[in-house]
Amino acid sequence: MLAIYGQALALVLDPYVLAVIFCSALFGLFVGCIPGLTATMATALLVPITFFMAPVPAIAAIVTATAMAIFSGDIPGALLRIPGTPASAAYTDEAYAMTKKGQAEIALGAGLVFSAIGGLFGTVVMITSAPGLAEIALQFSSFEYFWLVVLGLAGAVFIGNASVLKASISLILGLLVACVGLDNPAAHPRFTFGNTELMGGVSLIPMMVGMFAVSEILRFVTHMDPPLKLATDKIGNIFTGMWELLVKYRWPLVRGSALGTIIGIQPGSGADMAAWMSYAVAKKFSKEPEKFGTGHVEGIVEAGAANNSALAGAWIPAIVFGIPGDSITAIAIGVLYLKGMNPGPTIFLKNPQNIYAIFLVFILANLIMVPLGWLTIKAAKTVLSVSRNILMPTILLFCIVGSFAINNTVFGVALILFFGLVAFVLEENGFPVAPAILGVVLGQMMEENFITSMIKSDGDVSAFFTRPIAMWLAIATFIILFWPVGTWLWRRSRAASPAPQKS
Amino acid sequence: MQNTRVLVRLALALVTLAFASLASSQNYPNRPITLIVPWGAGGGTDATARIIGSLLERELGQPINVVNRTGGSGVVGHQAIASSPADGYTLGLITVEIAMMHWAGLTQLKPSDFTPIGLVNSDPAGLSVRSDAPYKSVKDVLAAVKANPGKFKASGTGQGGIWHLALAGMLKDQGIDPAAVPWVPSQGAAPGLQDLVAGGVELVTCSIPEARALIDAGKVKPLAIMDATPPALYPKLPTLKSETGSNWQIAAWRVIAAPKGLPADIQSKVVGSLKKVHDSQEFRDFMAKQGYGVVWAGPEDAAKFMAKADADLGSVMKAVGIAK
Repeated sequence: MLAIYGQALALVLDPYVLAVIFCSALFGLFVGCIPGLTATMATALLVPITFFMAPVPAIAAIVTATAMAIFSGDIPGALLRIPGTPASAAYTDEAYAMTKKGQAEIALGAGLVFSAIGGLFGTVVMITSAPGLAEIALQFSSFEYFWLVVLGLAGAVFIGNASVLKASISLILGLLVACVGLDNPAAHPRFTFGNTELMGGVSLIPMMVGMFAVSEILRFVTHMDPPLKLATDKIGNIFTGMWELLVKYRWPLVRGSALGTIIGIQPGSGADMAAWMSYAVAKKFSKEPEKFGTGHVEGIVEAGAANNSALAGAWIPAIVFGIPGDSITAIAIGVLYLKGMNPGPTIFLKNPQNIYAIFLVFILANLIMVPLGWLTIKAAKTVLSVSRNILMPTILLFCIVGSFAINNTVFGVALILFFGLVAFVLEENGFPVAPAILGVVLGQMMEENFITSMIKSDGDVSAFFTRPIAMWLAIATFIILFWPVGTWLWRRSRAASPAPQKS
Repeated sequence: MQNTRVLVRLALALVTLAFASLASSQNYPNRPITLIVPWGAGGGTDATARIIGSLLERELGQPINVVNRTGGSGVVGHQAIASSPADGYTLGLITVEIAMMHWAGLTQLKPSDFTPIGLVNSDPAGLSVRSDAPYKSVKDVLAAVKANPGKFKASGTGQGGIWHLALAGMLKDQGIDPAAVPWVPSQGAAPGLQDLVAGGVELVTCSIPEARALIDAGKVKPLAIMDATPPALYPKLPTLKSETGSNWQIAAWRVIAAPKGLPADIQSKVVGSLKKVHDSQEFRDFMAKQGYGVVWAGPEDAAKFMAKADADLGSVMKAVGIAK
């Protein structure tokens, strides 16, 4: 075992491999920062380059670039309220609220440090127990996924500090948007009005950029806010206070990392969903849930760790069974085959030093994230010293270019402008936009898993409760869903019973 | 005076433009080429397009940008290829769905709306079951399906997708009602296979390379391939014909194509380059490692091949009730 790790270490410490890791780290940081460019896209862009590399540097490039991209998506989210990748959307409002309060360095520092820790956590889980966990993940069928999605949606209405009713309305709007297009179980075009572009549905990224960034620009135009009270020198050392946060929020950190890894292992759900669910969990278990949404770092700690740990988790079923855990590993599996590292249990037997070298790359990538991320933040924070009269139109320009690039069509530009307007109207009236985005993320998954489950069980609903794992997930979902109702009834009955004595 | 000068300049510009376009036909290609892929980054079609793109770049001496135009189960991307100018600067990798979507009433586009360059790949459907399933052969499965109509479920792609038609065509050919095995739509072969292992469905009819990792892991057992010959990956796997005598064959295929009306001189130049790419060791190695089936048909044969596939798929889709 040790001898294999020795060989693996020699493979990783090769100057060529280190140079590849360094370059792809810079590439990943850049891609993640640009709204509209995702970690998945970073991977796809790397594939043709990896054609000409040896197995270890090829996979190392993908691993490093995606880890960096998921972290650096937090930077524009915190500074400009534009999530760089969908995985940062869950806590973008929170981080931006912190920037407005003059705590940008804490938001960014927490994003960086806890992303790295989350990534390391997921890596350790992968190294120690990949085969066993992949075995469990394979037992999940559409019945279990359905409950996972419902759990995620239940979390949505608790995100932010708006009323549950308004959050639910926003969520339903999102679910409605998710219905558009052809990609539904019956493959029947819905709400497309004969338009070919709408057949593809509403893509998440233009919608997300529109709802966060364009609406913020509109608000700036209409309100003429006083410029951000944030002198550049105020983003001092981003590492200040991180140790205190680590000690204070050690449990949310562990919980977020663990949840992220688990969500990552499940095929079909990746870093995006991990961030949403753990943000909701953080609020649910927090001692001060009322502070969430007002610029409170706790949710960023937990969700920031979760999305990076999901990244490592997704590799578990990919390397053991060739089943992708998310859209990034779906691409990576092709590269594994190409490099002769065929996924399957044999990957640990045939040339094991290669797969162990990749494990080491995971560790290395999460470690160099800290210094490189620090430099990126240092460079990015100068954005705040730019006058908002110049900054806002520039952001709009970036949004338009990014939304065009995502599918090379003007339709994407129309989408961001439309959803920017919708979000502006919603937020002016106290409706949060985050649940609408989650509705789009999960709506399609929920419908698909429900319909396919019903086909499999010949229309028998009880199948959702009879499979063992599904049953436990169902119980957990009902407890979370009806907890507020339960406590309300309990309080009411307590309030009601002493009442007669008073009169 | 002012007007005359403007007119002269305009005329000059037009003449230059005319020469430029004439020259572009002769010196083709003298600027970058776009290769449109109607499917997402990272899938098999995308990987095939990217390897062809990087090798074709060397042959044609101009950069080739691979662009993913996804959505609408391929309608959006195929439409984008068909409605581009037929000047050789936009090519596309069209897939088997082009012979299916118009039957389902999703688009007017047919294979005949493109100028084929060459058929580059074809992956036949397989039939796989869970490795602990009691069936030893296709015959066992078909007998069990006949005995218990409606009990078995199958998956591997979306409703009306190519692997759905593979199953329906096989059942129809055996005189079994395709409705005897309800189709469980999935987002592709990997989720379908995972559901097979998890016990959600009993049959998966995706291509053999898609099931490879789970076959090698001993979780999934292939029973037959719906092709004339066994696959290169598993030469001992029987064909459907050798097991049951059925002539039913079906495959997912990919054709490099251009918009309709591509000038013949440009077409022959691209065909020549693509043929060289197709014969290259790099392309063969890439496809072999991925397990993808390599076939070649030039423009005329590819057009005939697509026309036949179009008719075959249409008749199955009518039988299943998906065709409008």
